[in-house]
Amino acid sequence: MAKKNISEGEGQLVTQSPELTLDDLCAECGLTYAEVTAYVSEGVIEPEGASQMEWRFSQTSVMITSKARRLERDLGLNPAGVALALQLMEQVESLKQRLVQFEENRSEKPG
Amino acid sequence: MDYKDYYKTLGVSKDASQDEIKRAYRKLARQYHPDLNKDEGAEERFKELGEAHEVLSDPEKRAAYDQLGRNYQPGQDFQPPPDWDSGFEFSGGFSESAAGQGAAFSDFFESLFGGARRTQSGGFDVRGEDHHAKILIDLEDSLRGAKRSIQLKVPELDPDGHVITRQRTLNVDIPKGVMPGQHIRLKKQGAPGFGTGKPGDLYLEIAFSPHKLYRVEGRDLYLDLPVAPWEAVLGGKVKTPTPDGVVDLTIPANSSQGRKLRLKGRGLPGKTPGDLYVVLQIVLPPVDGDKTKALYEKMANEVDFNPRAKLGL
Repeated sequence: MAKKNISEGEGQLVTQSPELTLDDLCAECGLTYAEVTAYVSEGVIEPEGASQMEWRFSQTSVMITSKARRLERDLGLNPAGVALALQLMEQVESLKQRLVQFEENRSEKPG
Repeated sequence: MDYKDYYKTLGVSKDASQDEIKRAYRKLARQYHPDLNKDEGAEERFKELGEAHEVLSDPEKRAAYDQLGRNYQPGQDFQPPPDWDSGFEFSGGFSESAAGQGAAFSDFFESLFGGARRTQSGGFDVRGEDHHAKILIDLEDSLRGAKRSIQLKVPELDPDGHVITRQRTLNVDIPKGVMPGQHIRLKKQGAPGFGTGKPGDLYLEIAFSPHKLYRVEGRDLYLDLPVAPWEAVLGGKVKTPTPDGVVDLTIPANSSQGRKLRLKGRGLPGKTPGDLYVVLQIVLPPVDGDKTKALYEKMANEVDFNPRAKLGL
């Protein structure tokens, strides 16, 4: 059975602009300072600003942090493992895109 | 309600050690994790794995499940005996991953262990999971901005614990200049929270449907523009389409096949707009009469040109 409903989406583009403090990010993702700091020191997320007090995170880091959290929780990884997994996933994604482009180009120019 | 064989779900034998169960779960979880596997059905499979692991990794729950399951086959209709869990003492603990998945377990699971979860008090307010979906938009939507109506199928549990597919329609503003791979976040449109936890968010990943003229790379657009050999060699002005309309493009003399000409700022809009790259594709005129044939023959006789010089031939 499929029920129907329509909702208006108050969409917000996920941007790279640094606008969230450490407190904001912790609240958004339900994490502690220590957990976020571990991700920062592994380079999973890269805030702007020199000290913790000055750190500013982007909306993209909210997304990455949530994903990192899921991987850590579901697969029993530590922050360093999460960092490696995310980096490899990014590489796979860009290789897939290049493969799609390559195949499109080949089919456009037969012979 | 169907009886679920958790051992079969994890592919382990009934006398598997706790270590074997953990290994089997981890291996399958890496394979089917929805962040790693975008195939249809992967998420469903991952949830089943989580549920099986939740029961079999906990010695108390496993013992209770084993006792209960002695007389059942997978898929067989199942009703738990009213006092089935008497004699077992649950510490009431649910793993963090179980909490994170909220109410996503099957009605089979809920009928057995749901009571323990419900009676648990405090400390169990968990934010709902984020949901992810990919949406296809047209290049024009990004060039001009648009409002799009998006249909999403959401599997969820009805009050009786059955999985139903709910169709949602979302009207979403597509911001001008959005690029493939960017995300639009819709706050609190993800899975509902558990306890007093707030709902998760919905992330829409932007992908572009193929365009008949342009390829998109980041903010830049690429266009293959067919030109005649003399246009490429002699240079001059030719007409080319751009997203803002037709413009005159100057081709430098002696341009070769595949030369890229940049039209600055004619790509996707933004603070720093992308560029449009016109890629020249030299098209040979077919020989369809004596006149063209004569011209080719004249070139063959009079032009000193070896296209295979680099091959040493």
